[in-house]
Amino acid sequence: MTDREASGGSAELLRAEGISVWLSGREVLHDVGFSLGRGEFAALIGSNGAGKTTLLKVILGLQPVSAGTIQLAGQLRGRRHPVIGYVPQKIQLDPDMPVRARDLVGLGLDGQRLGLPLPSAGRRARIDEMLHAVGAAQFGDARVGNLSGGEQQRVLIAHALISRPQLLLLDEPLANLDIASEQDVVALLSRVAREQQIAVLISAHDMNPLLPVMDRIIYLAAGRAASGTTEQVVRTDVLSALYGQHVDVIRVHDRILVVAGRGEAEPVPPDPAIHPHGPAVTGPGTAPEVAGPHRPETAAGPGQATAAEEATTTVRGR
Amino acid sequence: MPDLLRLIVEPGFFSSEPVQVALIAGGIVAVVSGIVGSFAVLRGQSYAGHALADISVTGGSASYLVGVSPLWGFVGVGVLAAGVMDMIGVQRPRGRDLATGIVRGTGLGLAALFLYWDTTHTSTTGATITILFGSMFTISSSILPVIGLFSVVALGIVAVVYRPLLLSSVAADLAAVRGIRVRLVGAMCLVAIAVAVSLSAMTIGAILSTALLVGPAATGLRLTSRPGLAMTWAAVIGLAATWLGVLLAYDSFYWPPEQHGWPVSFFVVTLIFLFYLLASPVGRRTARRVPAGRPGLAGG
Repeated sequence: MTDREASGGSAELLRAEGISVWLSGREVLHDVGFSLGRGEFAALIGSNGAGKTTLLKVILGLQPVSAGTIQLAGQLRGRRHPVIGYVPQKIQLDPDMPVRARDLVGLGLDGQRLGLPLPSAGRRARIDEMLHAVGAAQFGDARVGNLSGGEQQRVLIAHALISRPQLLLLDEPLANLDIASEQDVVALLSRVAREQQIAVLISAHDMNPLLPVMDRIIYLAAGRAASGTTEQVVRTDVLSALYGQHVDVIRVHDRILVVAGRGEAEPVPPDPAIHPHGPAVTGPGTAPEVAGPHRPETAAGPGQATAAEEATTTVRGR
Repeated sequence: MPDLLRLIVEPGFFSSEPVQVALIAGGIVAVVSGIVGSFAVLRGQSYAGHALADISVTGGSASYLVGVSPLWGFVGVGVLAAGVMDMIGVQRPRGRDLATGIVRGTGLGLAALFLYWDTTHTSTTGATITILFGSMFTISSSILPVIGLFSVVALGIVAVVYRPLLLSSVAADLAAVRGIRVRLVGAMCLVAIAVAVSLSAMTIGAILSTALLVGPAATGLRLTSRPGLAMTWAAVIGLAATWLGVLLAYDSFYWPPEQHGWPVSFFVVTLIFLFYLLASPVGRRTARRVPAGRPGLAGG
């Protein structure tokens, strides 16, 4: 997609192999595997409940797996990993808390250290620099709980980036943002990733805002994953195999719609007549890493949900 | 000037030993409660702090039966209850009220029994009032070093885990990905809260110790947006309320009803409430204050 991947600056940073997770008797992730190179910008796409947050928590080491391994920079994941920065999905920041934006960013620098923080000019300068880098300098002294969703997002990104991680994970950072803030945050992440040579893995239910900046996509459906470039993954045959039912991939201008049913760009009502088994996956040369058995009974839901979501998003975006 | 001072401070105030002990003990305890209480308020554990104070009554009342300073009973039972509350799950949102309620109920049941024995089986008079509502002028000077020791313990805990605790209080998720043991840090904070309320149970009484824990802290976080400064304010406000309370209680000896004096705890708690009211307009401005030149970034 971008020149970064082509320029080959992608020594492997993250490798997930055979990740399976069971949560309260349900297999949320099944044999998920993918890899991510240094400095790559990757999108983790899937509808609500596809297992995006669970997969991010596995990478962070907060969620035990029933099978599989996570390797970071060639090493198995341990308890502490300062190489990962994380921006969680929903975070309730209380306006009554006497914590300024710059305090939260400062805790990103040394929040795990024991003892009292000693004020130093160097620390302050680094916090200022980071606030400036994410465009949060104007509200650095405001309480975090009083900031808008888009502003809090910037502060949380600064919190995650100030310790200079090699990988930044963001869980649905574009949810609950209006379109202007959405574009701001995407542009910001893309710029920071490029400038600081940080790999970014960002989860979202809509891939379209990320299309211009992403090098790699990891598509989750029914707990299984397909990964590769957008061209490799977002295809009718690959996604149909993933969902276990036929879906169409439609490109309209610079947007991509994933639609259940045949050739309909409008939202389709749930159709019980759709045959749960789509066409077979094409050869491994074109379609990478579609893992796991077909699970048509769970696949039907996400397929149609995605179709409706994509179509709605398009109407909103245009 | 000396006349004015004489009008405010009745003669013999600074030379009286009970007053000196009250100023020292009350002052130390107010500072500890203000700082530790800031974390209790920040973490939404005011009710847990209140419950710990109630439960410590069990220890305080048992101490009278065996004839040691109630401080040992307050702290011992308070810390034990903090441990039990953590085990039951005080750190889960729903588990919190449950754990607090269960442990508090059991503790107060025992306290009822011990207080009954205190008043009937021993010759101790006024034990119930002292335990529940405090009596700063009856603190023995020999217990001052112990008060100092426990204060160092409570402040030490908070100082050591200050940053991990602050980050876990802001957002547990952010702390966990940094390798912070959120539950351990939370349990340590709960122990510090238990020690703080036990200490203030000695000065203003077990029932009222929540006022010293929560009031100055709630006022402090209205006055400033900086966490360290909010804690400093809480300590200063607690200290001012305590010292002023001691002074007023001393003066009240000459107020009606003549020659009895009003309880010092009444003054301390009332002053804390007054400070909170005074800070409210400032608090509204602090909360709303947005630095100039901030662009209209919309979103969520």
